[in-house]
Amino acid sequence: MQPPSFDQPHLLGIEPLRPHEITAILDLADDYVTLNRQTEKHSDALAGLTQVNMFFENSTRTQASFELAGKRLGADVMNMAMQASSIKKGETLIDTAMTLNAMHPDLLVVRHPHSGAVDLLAQKVNCAVLNAGDGRHEHPTQALLDALTIRRAKGRLHRLNIAICGDIAHSRVARSNLILLGKMENRIRLIGPPTLVPQQFAEFGAEIYDDMHEGLKDVDVVMMLRLQKERMDGGFIPSEREYFYRYGLDADKLAQAKPDAIVMHPGPMNRGVEIDGTIADDIKRSVIQEQVEMGVAVRMAAMDLLARNLRSARQAEAS
Amino acid sequence: MSTLFINARLIDPEAGTDDLGSLLTRHGQIVARTNGDEGVETILAAHGLAAADVQVVDCGGKCLAPGIVDIGVKVCEPGERHKESYKSAGLAAAAGGVTTIVTRPDTTPCIDSPETLEFVTRRAQVDAPVNVLPMAALTKGRDGREMTEIGLLMDAGAVAFTDCDHVVTSTKVFSRALTYARSLGALVMAHPQEPGLSAGAAATSGKFAALRGLPSVSPMAERMGLDRDIALLEMTGAAYHADQITTARALPALERAKVNGLDITAGTSIHHLTLNELDVADYRTFFKVKPPLRSEDDRLAVVEAVRTGLVDVISSMHTPQDEESKRLPFEEAAAGAVALETLLPAALRLYHAELLDLPTLFRAMSLNPAKRLGLASGRLSDGAPADLVLFDPDAPLVLDRFKLQSKSKNTPFDTQRLQGRVLATYVAGEPVYRKDN
Repeated sequence: MQPPSFDQPHLLGIEPLRPHEITAILDLADDYVTLNRQTEKHSDALAGLTQVNMFFENSTRTQASFELAGKRLGADVMNMAMQASSIKKGETLIDTAMTLNAMHPDLLVVRHPHSGAVDLLAQKVNCAVLNAGDGRHEHPTQALLDALTIRRAKGRLHRLNIAICGDIAHSRVARSNLILLGKMENRIRLIGPPTLVPQQFAEFGAEIYDDMHEGLKDVDVVMMLRLQKERMDGGFIPSEREYFYRYGLDADKLAQAKPDAIVMHPGPMNRGVEIDGTIADDIKRSVIQEQVEMGVAVRMAAMDLLARNLRSARQAEAS
Repeated sequence: MSTLFINARLIDPEAGTDDLGSLLTRHGQIVARTNGDEGVETILAAHGLAAADVQVVDCGGKCLAPGIVDIGVKVCEPGERHKESYKSAGLAAAAGGVTTIVTRPDTTPCIDSPETLEFVTRRAQVDAPVNVLPMAALTKGRDGREMTEIGLLMDAGAVAFTDCDHVVTSTKVFSRALTYARSLGALVMAHPQEPGLSAGAAATSGKFAALRGLPSVSPMAERMGLDRDIALLEMTGAAYHADQITTARALPALERAKVNGLDITAGTSIHHLTLNELDVADYRTFFKVKPPLRSEDDRLAVVEAVRTGLVDVISSMHTPQDEESKRLPFEEAAAGAVALETLLPAALRLYHAELLDLPTLFRAMSLNPAKRLGLASGRLSDGAPADLVLFDPDAPLVLDRFKLQSKSKNTPFDTQRLQGRVLATYVAGEPVYRKDN
């Protein structure tokens, strides 16, 4: 197979990626979807490499997905729950990174509660770094898996009307998706209460709606976002039930979208807050389970491509 | 001892002139100046001096200006001497052409009693080669509940009162402190900011902060803070200085307050005049200052306000931070930048960009701050202290932060090209800094 053109040492965000690099990841991920559906789902793409997952913030799904992706590709995978560890003892992020770097990892998967923290860490280590979510900044693998899901469901990843709904302000998923879908030339609408949708996003070419019925009119894709529990009580929205009434995805609001529109959610869902349970479970509309499946494939593809670049960079260094 | 500076471009912020001439200092004061290229003998004869008694400095056509009076310098004594001491701050000031530093009380512990103030004054006298004038806290512990002993602190040498970046949130406490300060003729410096709106912010809201996912504050928070303070000034009639006005939206309020005759002046920081929010780029924490860097439109509006004199003072807002405080994710990193040595070269960017001329720059850096504090310095007139800076406005340099005199090296200008170098600095006629050749 011709090596796809993907020329990045790290995956820190969608912003640095060029459209053909996004396509390269998605194309390879398609192959891994096929592999993952077989009974024998093993490859040696990462054999001999060490993958460390450092999560400074709680995560079940993303961490499990990265772990599985690494194991299926033959990497030695280690999980570090950083919340319980040295950070509590006052060690700085950079010291933690330097300590870890001395153990010679090859792939470092990092999630951190502060925007830009993963960029900072990537400057201090000499291995490939994957951003698994930094503050409100980016969550690139989530955007890539969403893109793969859309491409497989719709047959293309351009000229689609895509609505992203809910808590845009605090969402790294929304930011990465906005950038990725914009790069691939889609029309993007952001729907939510003005307290949760920064109006500056209009400058990135998104259309902003605070009426969900209007915003969902004729869209091809409806992406719902999780509303964090701590933001429900009067600070940003009056109450959970008012939010569900105005911005929860139910059959009535979804009827505004195209008849074949798909419904997405990065999980975990709050049923009855941002999404009606029956819609989430409707296999004709909801692709939420597919998203989880694509997540593993996309992470395999991203790590595979980064590992190829890492190997050739180290080879070039050695010769 | 007398010194005669000849062949100097005299930058006179009072007269607004920038002419070639000579300047004679004696016993620490400026005693005479002439325009044009009068001979040395003529000047000396006019003052009855013999050539042997006078040291002659040929300035070679370079600029001689009143030394900078910098309001709002943080020296980290007591508490964090590893970040900056009076000695290192004094050397940095001298190297930057700053002849008077007006220090902030936001140390650990803060300077809120005559005893801590005396400690600071003593340390400054021993170690610093430039004039040091301390400010004291307005409320005890800078926590906005009880006012400090303003009268005793003034007797101990406090030149102004400020809680620095802590806003006194209780309008009752603040109005009483202003009323009390007024009765003593004390100057109060405040940080105009609506603290509720700006809580937790690390950037100015806008496209950049949205893209970077940083918690941000609307520039409106500054105007709200200023509006509140202006209302309290109308009530109390106190003398007030806003430490940093950094947004276009705050300017009309400031202008109205001045037109209405309130005793109000305003400063801004050199960083807000020369950098904007985009300079933060990939979360570069040396660019994290408080308030956060603003948009380019705001920057240009404030530069224009300095030109017209609406914004009176340019300060370095020198804030030393050690490497550990800055090598953190942007939100967690400490705010502030060292700037005593880069204040003049950075300000000269505005001169080279033809936005401000040299007399205007020195009006904002020397004359106005001196006037506001009731000092005789900051001018080139007869009888003024011979606090002077000799500089070459065109000499290029690439800044190396590790060559700074400050103990802390957190400058946003690291590796940047600057134009303008201090050649010598004089305090009361004595050289405190000379650039090595």
